[in-house]
Amino acid sequence: MNGLLIDYNWCSGCHSCEIACKNEHDIPLGKWGIKVTEDGPWKLPNGEWHWTNVPIPTEICDLCSKRVSEGKEPSCVQHCQAKCMQFGPLEDLVKKAEKIGKKAVIFMP
Amino acid sequence: MSKPWKREENGETIVRSCAWSPPGCHPVGCGVQLHIKDGELVQIEGDPEHPVTRGALCPRCLAMKDVIYHKDRIKYPMKRAFEDRGKDKWERITLDEAFDILEEKTRYFTDTYGPESIVVFCGTGREATVYHNELTFMGFGSPNACYAQSGWSCYAPRVSSMAYLMGGGYPEIDYAARYPDRYEHPGWEAPKYIMLWGKDPLKSNADGLWGHAIVDLMKDYGTKLITVDPRVTWIGTKAEYNLQLRPGTDAAMALGILNVIINEDLYDHDAVEKWTYGFDELKERVQEYPTDKVAEITWVDEDLIIGAARAFATSKHSAIGWGLSVDQNPNGIQVGHALLSIMAITDNIDVPGGCTLGLPIDDDTNVDMIRRALEAETIDEATFSKRIGAEEYPFVCQLMSTNHPDSVLDTLETQEPYRLRMGVFQSSNVVGGAISAAQERWLEAMKTSFEFVAATELFQNPTTMALADLIFPLKTWVEHDTLVESHYGFNVAFNGACNKAIDVVEGVDDLEFMMKIGERMFPEYWKQFDGVDDYLAKVRLPSGYTWESFREEGIVQPEEIYRKAEKGLMRFDGEPGYMSQSGRIELWSHAYSQFGDDPLPYFIEPPRSPVSTPELFKKYPFVLTTGGRRYTSFHSEHRQIERLREIDAQPIVEINPNAAKRLGIENGDWVWIENEFGRVKQVAELTEGIDERVVHAHHGWWFPEQDGEEPNLFGFRQSNINVIMPHKEIGKLGFGDTFKCEICNIYKVTD
Ligand code: SF4
Ligand code: SF4
Ligand code: SF4
Repeated sequence: MNGLLIDYNWCSGCHSCEIACKNEHDIPLGKWGIKVTEDGPWKLPNGEWHWTNVPIPTEICDLCSKRVSEGKEPSCVQHCQAKCMQFGPLEDLVKKAEKIGKKAVIFMP
Repeated sequence: MSKPWKREENGETIVRSCAWSPPGCHPVGCGVQLHIKDGELVQIEGDPEHPVTRGALCPRCLAMKDVIYHKDRIKYPMKRAFEDRGKDKWERITLDEAFDILEEKTRYFTDTYGPESIVVFCGTGREATVYHNELTFMGFGSPNACYAQSGWSCYAPRVSSMAYLMGGGYPEIDYAARYPDRYEHPGWEAPKYIMLWGKDPLKSNADGLWGHAIVDLMKDYGTKLITVDPRVTWIGTKAEYNLQLRPGTDAAMALGILNVIINEDLYDHDAVEKWTYGFDELKERVQEYPTDKVAEITWVDEDLIIGAARAFATSKHSAIGWGLSVDQNPNGIQVGHALLSIMAITDNIDVPGGCTLGLPIDDDTNVDMIRRALEAETIDEATFSKRIGAEEYPFVCQLMSTNHPDSVLDTLETQEPYRLRMGVFQSSNVVGGAISAAQERWLEAMKTSFEFVAATELFQNPTTMALADLIFPLKTWVEHDTLVESHYGFNVAFNGACNKAIDVVEGVDDLEFMMKIGERMFPEYWKQFDGVDDYLAKVRLPSGYTWESFREEGIVQPEEIYRKAEKGLMRFDGEPGYMSQSGRIELWSHAYSQFGDDPLPYFIEPPRSPVSTPELFKKYPFVLTTGGRRYTSFHSEHRQIERLREIDAQPIVEINPNAAKRLGIENGDWVWIENEFGRVKQVAELTEGIDERVVHAHHGWWFPEQDGEEPNLFGFRQSNINVIMPHKEIGKLGFGDTFKCEICNIYKVTD
């Protein structure tokens, strides 16, 4: 089974994944295959800044099965400007997430 | 590149290209693959083989289809009767007819009033900027090329300072952009620190630096960050040092950092000895900027300033990424000078992991452009000397070869020293866009002065609706062949081929426009070129390439050579050193002194600030900074692109929650931003990322969905922050404005 790994420490909130997904699946205005949520900036109790963006796939996400069958990366993964998204089998992603160590999430849409 | 620039696959033609403009963007040249079916663009994707962008694209190029096939796009040439200006009453004409009218008018104004009565405007960060002077001098024969930003405050101040201080060669963060194997390249090092100074490159990709490379460097190569910015940007939240300075105090901050580096003996003695001029004088000057005083001026903790200075100076190599805030400041020439001094005395220029350096100013420049025009006799010396403001602001006008933008507004208002009668707008929304100050004054003055106006545009906007008598549809970058050079040629990471893939409108691209009017006005010169491809090969492409051989290669990365000054590559005579008057990087500037400014960097307060105008500050008790970028627009463009607009729907002003609470303002409220020059309204966004005493207003707002006709003109007066930016608050030598350092009051919209 495949999923999407987001190294969300590095998600810049650039919205490329959103439009890339819309292009691939022809999704109309007001609806999304993946949507970036944003929280921040605010100061943590230790004085450091918090500003976290996480792209969340919706039910429309089919993990780009057509693209993947053509040997391409999912559209959001390829176009991500921060290169913080990865696609692959869950067991690989779990290993990668462990390596990242913190602020990682795996979606199985 | 493993595949040809054009190929057939599954019934589609796939065209590989490097994206640029129109619509506006810096020359980033992001790699794309355009899927064409039956002559139509059906899909746009990033190109995974592009060495810099490696498959990524920003939302604006991802939404290119929406731009190209937008219902409101100008699709054919149109004219409008003079008395119908301001009304949506256009008549379709052919392209030939449009050029006939343009030629006839150009001849009429040239013959009757002299070519100087014609002024050619160009917008920011777009292909047209490269051809702006050439179009003006060699297409219209006019001396008056105008970039209407107050104080010419975009990129030119930085480029000009570098020219005067070291003979050219623009410094940019070393992100391995010249290597086909990028970060893997032997000998390349990642910067230890990057100091982002008034710059949010992830959003702006300013000057062609691909901004998300900063994420690569931090994520995978251990680069640490120092940000100097009134706002905490997203990347700034990852910084080790955040110097959230009071807007407009950048020169004090840079001098304070120099104070630490010099007094604590953290500079590189060898670099100072060999490659700089005037160190002792600089050393004396920085004594006037002890860190406690700088902390008081800038509102930044003294410890942070000292910490950042030490970290930067003791971590070889490190880079400074300097942004628009250096330019949009009447004190900006000094900011640039101080930043160059930091780079130079810490030996971070032209080294791996420091700042790369472009080659010295060569025959690609504006200066050379006017030489070509004089040789071709499309303009003569006497006419060239008539450009508005050139005598008063030689520091600006000699290198740029343009007129002075603020003087142009004065001339439009007074008709002195002569009347400007014909305006040509090369995709520049001067009335309701992002660059002009005092927009209402520009509008009124241009309405009064111009007897004829022609424009090239993708969409109607406040400027075309108010003024244009003739409109040429512009082709986007998907619809024409061209070359994209990062940094407009001043520090080229790569030359990229931008390939035409489709035909959509009956119009022109920026190059065709120049060549077509040129062929009519000055056939003797222009007949040597057999179309755009031939022009590109003869004038623009790296030497040895034809357009066909260039596009086959797709991307040409020049060799990265570090320490060029040692190798005699920064001077045309092949001697070691730089092409400044002393042959070194001038910390004490001969040129500044000759132009009548202080030869050393210094700080002056912004014209209006809590310190310089304390009484006025009681009435307008916030420092106002403007112009932060969003991913979904290029300054004032993309406002009609629904899929982008749904992400950023309204103009936003950022306010600290504590300040907002005092004022009874809640997140999402419409608020007035008011100063001596008027008021505009924007939507409040409460954020801790900005000081309680500072607000940040977004720029370039107009509303394509509103009534375009006079008097509304797409509602630019409601929210465009430049409506309340003052005219001619420029620096001593003519560069700079106060777009990033004004004052204002904020209150809730109640009516
Ligand atoms: S994997 Fe494909 S469908 Fe899923 S969010 Fe990404 S682009 Fe959309
Ligand atoms: S494309 Fe990547 S960096 Fe941009 S918002 Fe999506 S996940 Fe974040
Ligand atoms: S930065 Fe410019 S060229 Fe690159 S994807 Fe965005 S709009 Fe296109």
